[in-house]
Amino acid sequence: MKLYCLSGHPTLPCNVLKFKSTTIMLDCGLDMTSTLNFLPLPLVQSPRLSNLPGWSLKDGNAFLDKELKECSGHVFVDSVPEFCLPETELIDLSTVDVILISNYHCMMALPYITEHTGFTGTVYATEPTMQIGRLLMEELVNFIERVPKAQSASLWKNKDIQRLLPSPLKDAVEVSTWRRCYTMQEVNSALSKIQLVGYSQKIELFGAVQVTPLSSGYALGSSNWIIQSHYEKVSYVSGSSLLTTHPQPMDQASLKNSDVLVLTGLTQIPTANPDGMVGEFCSNLALTVRNGGNVLVPCYPSGVIYDLLECLYQYIDSAGLSNIPFYFISPVANSSLEFSQIFAEWLCHNKQSKVYLPEPPFPHAELIQTNKLKHYPSIHGDFSNDFRQPCVVFTGHPSLRFGDVVHFMELWGKSSLNTVIFTEPDFSYLEALAPYQPLAMKCIYCPIDTRLNFIQVSKLLKEVQPLHVVCPEQYTQPPPAQSHRMDLMIDCQPPAMSYRRAEVLALPFKRRYEKIEIMPELADSLVPMEIKPGISLATVSAVLHTKDNKHVLQPPPRPTQPPSSKKRKRVSEDVPDCKVLKPLLSGSIPVEQFVQTLEKHGFSDIKVEDTAKGHIVLLQEAETLIQIEEDSTHIICDNDETLRVRLRDLVLRFLQKF
Amino acid sequence: MDPECSKLLPALCAVLADPRQLVADDTCLEKLLDWFKTVMETESSLHLLQDHPCLMELLSHVLKTQDVSPRVLSFVLRLVGIFAAQEDCFQYLQQGELLLGLFGETGALSWTAWNMPSVRSGWIQGLCSLAHHPSALHFLADSGAVDTIFALQGDPSLFVASAASQLLVHILALAMQGGASGSPISEAAAWPICAQKIVNHVEESLHSKATPQVTQALNVLTTTFGRCHSPWTGVLWGRLSPPVACLFERDPIPAVHSLMDLLLSVARSHVLNFAACGLWEMLAQTLSRLSPTQAGPLALGTLKLQHCPQELRTQAFGVLLQPLACILKATTQAPGPPGLLDGTAGSSLTVDALLSSKSACVGLLCQTLAHLEELQMLPQCPCPWPQVPLLGATVTILRLCDGSVDPSSSMGGRLCGTLGGCVRVQRAALDFLGTLSQGTSPLELVLEVFAVLLKTLESPESSPTVLKKAFQATLRWLQNSHKTPNCSDLSPDALLFLGELFPILQKRLCSPCWEVRDSALEFLTHLIRHWGGQADFREALHSSEVPTLARQLLQDPESYVRASAVGTAGQLSSRGLQATSASPENPLAQQGLLMDLMHILSTDSEGFPRRAVLRVFTEWLRDGHADVIRDTEWFVATVLQAVSRDLDWEVRMQGLELAQVFLIQAMGQPSLHCPYTVGLPEATSPRPHPEFLQTLCRLPLFEFAFCALLDCDRPVAQKACDLLLFLRDKTTHCSGPQEAGDSPNSASVEAVLQRWREGEQGQPLGDLEPEAMLAILRSLDLEGLQGKLAKSSDHVEKSPQSLLQDMLATVGILEENEADCY
Repeated sequence: MKLYCLSGHPTLPCNVLKFKSTTIMLDCGLDMTSTLNFLPLPLVQSPRLSNLPGWSLKDGNAFLDKELKECSGHVFVDSVPEFCLPETELIDLSTVDVILISNYHCMMALPYITEHTGFTGTVYATEPTMQIGRLLMEELVNFIERVPKAQSASLWKNKDIQRLLPSPLKDAVEVSTWRRCYTMQEVNSALSKIQLVGYSQKIELFGAVQVTPLSSGYALGSSNWIIQSHYEKVSYVSGSSLLTTHPQPMDQASLKNSDVLVLTGLTQIPTANPDGMVGEFCSNLALTVRNGGNVLVPCYPSGVIYDLLECLYQYIDSAGLSNIPFYFISPVANSSLEFSQIFAEWLCHNKQSKVYLPEPPFPHAELIQTNKLKHYPSIHGDFSNDFRQPCVVFTGHPSLRFGDVVHFMELWGKSSLNTVIFTEPDFSYLEALAPYQPLAMKCIYCPIDTRLNFIQVSKLLKEVQPLHVVCPEQYTQPPPAQSHRMDLMIDCQPPAMSYRRAEVLALPFKRRYEKIEIMPELADSLVPMEIKPGISLATVSAVLHTKDNKHVLQPPPRPTQPPSSKKRKRVSEDVPDCKVLKPLLSGSIPVEQFVQTLEKHGFSDIKVEDTAKGHIVLLQEAETLIQIEEDSTHIICDNDETLRVRLRDLVLRFLQKF
Repeated sequence: MDPECSKLLPALCAVLADPRQLVADDTCLEKLLDWFKTVMETESSLHLLQDHPCLMELLSHVLKTQDVSPRVLSFVLRLVGIFAAQEDCFQYLQQGELLLGLFGETGALSWTAWNMPSVRSGWIQGLCSLAHHPSALHFLADSGAVDTIFALQGDPSLFVASAASQLLVHILALAMQGGASGSPISEAAAWPICAQKIVNHVEESLHSKATPQVTQALNVLTTTFGRCHSPWTGVLWGRLSPPVACLFERDPIPAVHSLMDLLLSVARSHVLNFAACGLWEMLAQTLSRLSPTQAGPLALGTLKLQHCPQELRTQAFGVLLQPLACILKATTQAPGPPGLLDGTAGSSLTVDALLSSKSACVGLLCQTLAHLEELQMLPQCPCPWPQVPLLGATVTILRLCDGSVDPSSSMGGRLCGTLGGCVRVQRAALDFLGTLSQGTSPLELVLEVFAVLLKTLESPESSPTVLKKAFQATLRWLQNSHKTPNCSDLSPDALLFLGELFPILQKRLCSPCWEVRDSALEFLTHLIRHWGGQADFREALHSSEVPTLARQLLQDPESYVRASAVGTAGQLSSRGLQATSASPENPLAQQGLLMDLMHILSTDSEGFPRRAVLRVFTEWLRDGHADVIRDTEWFVATVLQAVSRDLDWEVRMQGLELAQVFLIQAMGQPSLHCPYTVGLPEATSPRPHPEFLQTLCRLPLFEFAFCALLDCDRPVAQKACDLLLFLRDKTTHCSGPQEAGDSPNSASVEAVLQRWREGEQGQPLGDLEPEAMLAILRSLDLEGLQGKLAKSSDHVEKSPQSLLQDMLATVGILEENEADCY
């Protein structure tokens, strides 16, 4: 059993598991932090961005000044943003049988895999994962395609040149494999390969293994996966949460008794408690708005935003913000808000029960009804007519490199009355802000990451007790910035196996059993013999028939009959010959009794020696040795077959035959 | 006993003796016992029994049949105990074999109801009441009751077990009191038999291998030394200290907590010569042997002792400091700061305790911090007090909690993980930090304290309770930091700190959690009260948005927050720090606040904000706030009008308080009615101007006060009564010798008052002349009313007669129900 690790990002995993005869890809996350190296794509012409000076080498060589621009001491690539794909060379991805998706954030690389690697298999995901994943992809494609950029920089990627660049460009990895965003056509094609599944549904893969999605509590439709055969169980935990937010709670019990537990997608901010962060978010939002400033919240169109809107719903009246407009701007804003209301069966119990009242499960419906929350596909069109300040704007993309957020950063960045509040933990907020410096607006970082923290992981591991834990290497040591925090790492016994990008792990367990069925007529013919109380044995002669990873023992063919026709003959040729069966022996030989028996039968001068494995009985007169070991007995005598047979029969007296 | 009760008693006894009658309420029986006790304080119980044969009948009935409920059995046992406390009555009951029948081996012990803990408890309490004279001691010895008490020490019911121990101590003290007759008996062998029996039992128990028995013996001894301070206790300790000392040699030490209690109890006794009896050695040995968590309370107890050798005090203080010393050691690279313990013996135990588990670590630190906090405030506080290292350790603990410490050792790393975000430790550390503000600390440490407080106040991870404690600690440090010659001024460092604090306070005032908004407002109010007059502070506050935000919270949905916001806004306004851009020169903004508060007073649905408004108004009136003195009459009239309709009695009380302030300002302080003061010439008190009386009628303050006099809430009526008395005193010489009824409309006022008394409030008194008001004022028996109101409202219901009637009535109802069933 092997695990091929194609992504080094702990929360955007992409691993391939080879288990029995199947090849299963676990998630295909897309690392978008690479886009932080690029200049933002402004929706509206930005003189500031277009007038940034080109970057030149120390010696004044300016051949890169078209590709690289400098802003407040940082260098950015002036080109269409590119993404860092999972490894495609480590394993032939056309051999992947299935892809299991655990949540909508972990499928953003799907089109790259399904459309460009010869992949012919099936993708499994829950319905909300697929639908919201589609929204995220649609938004991404839309953000990038609506700002066409003629230039595509590639010179800087040359290894010799990259070495000369300042950090972080110099240290960017695998830049040659970075790719531009996929198209909507590729998205549609990739999504058409998805087969929808429900929680706890058992899906047979070629009869070899069974995969089952379990609720992971992190997002709408998010799942962990169980991959099991009759005797082995691998659990794949990715992006799970034990907090009570909107999704169905995490199913922990089903993860018990795993041989291997692959653990990814823990919180990216282990020291921040989501509750505290939500409080911080609300306080800063109110403070800004009360002082007449605007609030910008860069966010994804689904996920935490639902919880934030719910908190604000409860908070705005108490904070005296009833008259402040809330804008949600995304090409998929409408769909996201509406989808959230229709996936009742994937929601937590409280929200599910609202549906029967009937009431919309999320209170943002009421915010929309009362005109407190308005949503628009982009800043163009209706929004510009309705726009009123001070206001709160939720919009993407959290990287601040593309999407409507770029416009608001340019618009509001100059005033210290305004605030940008970062709630998504995927990007470093300082890096995200780098191309907007100098910036007067206030920046608040309150990342809300509801995924498991290390305390919860340690409880979970104690509870489900897997034999082995496999996780990204980042989880086996404290975070670099807090090297003393030994509590911010996975602590389990035996120690967790860690992986990094482009590594292949041999998982530390061997398959020892395989399930084989016995045909009823064959079972009928068996005559078990009880060798110990409760244990019966029977010998079986049968033909092992293997098809679709299922093994069946069938009755042996009848003794060969003379061929009556050519056809019959050919059939009988396939059938193996049945040899005459020798009886099998079982039991152990008690040495003392054996010696007494030998004495009774006239042997004398018997000596017994203990050896490491058993005993040696010496018949000195007859110059004969009897070696008795746990699983064998040897009689060594010099060409005296009669003696050997006599001794053999005496030995056999102590053993059972069947 | 009064005749009414005597009449009711036979019926009640019959009810109690009747098993079919259920006495539904235990508290009735308790009250009944209390009543009998009071009666017995003044009367002879023997006479009482003889005068009321029904009582004897009840007792004999219970003795014969025992078919009453366990609660009545328990009652009877306790009642007999109370009767038998007087020796003559004891003899009388003894003759009738009643005592033996109830308390002897053939008595309660043999009843099936003995299984009920309440009966066993009644038996013990009965004996406890009874054991007050030498005859009782003989009875106890002869009846075998003492052995039963020994057994009851291990009773499954903790109440019974504890009462049994107490009873043993009581009997022992009684026996020694009688036997010793004042002079100490040095020979234990010469002690009364009963005392010897108890002491032997305790000694045996101390030798027992079973911990529960050891605990029982220790508890008896602890109570004995706590209660009895006669010389014989010295002899007792001399005899029992060796087996107690032996307990320390066992491993593990049994009943550690009880053992510590005993040592402290002995140490607090004034009778013993500690040096001779080896107590200090025993304490020292115990302190060194116990685990840090166990030793903490003992160390604190030792330090609290009045006379204790310095060496032992040092050792005990060392035990208390040990955990903090470990914390410092684990987190500092330098070899431990001077003043706190170095890694001496015992520190490894502490380290083990700190690292063994999260709960152990948290428990030990919280306990240590609480002990040190308690200690610092005591006169016995060790001197020199290691202020600097303690402050350093407390700051470090807070940093470990917020994760900002960079530990130098692996132990520090583990502590960081254990304490990260631990609310309990944070709270305890902040409490102690606040207490430490009283000492003198070097400036760099004060700055560290400010830094850690800022971090705690700022951190999104801080829970509301932690924030509250942090606000409290901050206030104390601001008050005590770097005291300058001009004491009330803030130091420059404190001002810098405030500069950073206000932005945080702004954020906290916008918190979604109401507790946080509330404590931020309270904190702000305190700040303004202390430093609102200081120019630097005013400037810092003005340059922030804090006043505006605080004003906005007047509309908060949470009533507690609104109430606090009212207090803050009132304080801001008093100091001329009002919210809007307006300065004191802009009267409109000020007027706005007055109207806002008036609006809250008349419309807010919750009581807290309305009470807060009245507190602010009263303060404004007292301090002569500009808005109030602009038109005081209008102000008082509007407030009284709003208050008179208020449903909250505290608001009405506050209204009367405001009225009183108004009157005092106009008429002077109330005259003192102290018999010892030399009568000062009355001329000092200004005679109210007739126009002022007109004003009072117009306001209408009289009407408000008369109305309050009839208030259904007693405190309001009391306050109104006081107010009217004050008014009457001040107006004695005001008008001519008019009698009530002389005035044309005083009759109608009387009539209205009469109707009000009958519950028909609402009809106004109408426009009245001051003369009529004064006439009514004089006609009212205010002193009588004051006396009536001073009695608690249930004084009628509390009478024994009423109790007996109630009990009978309850049974009567039961009977009726029974009849209905047929």
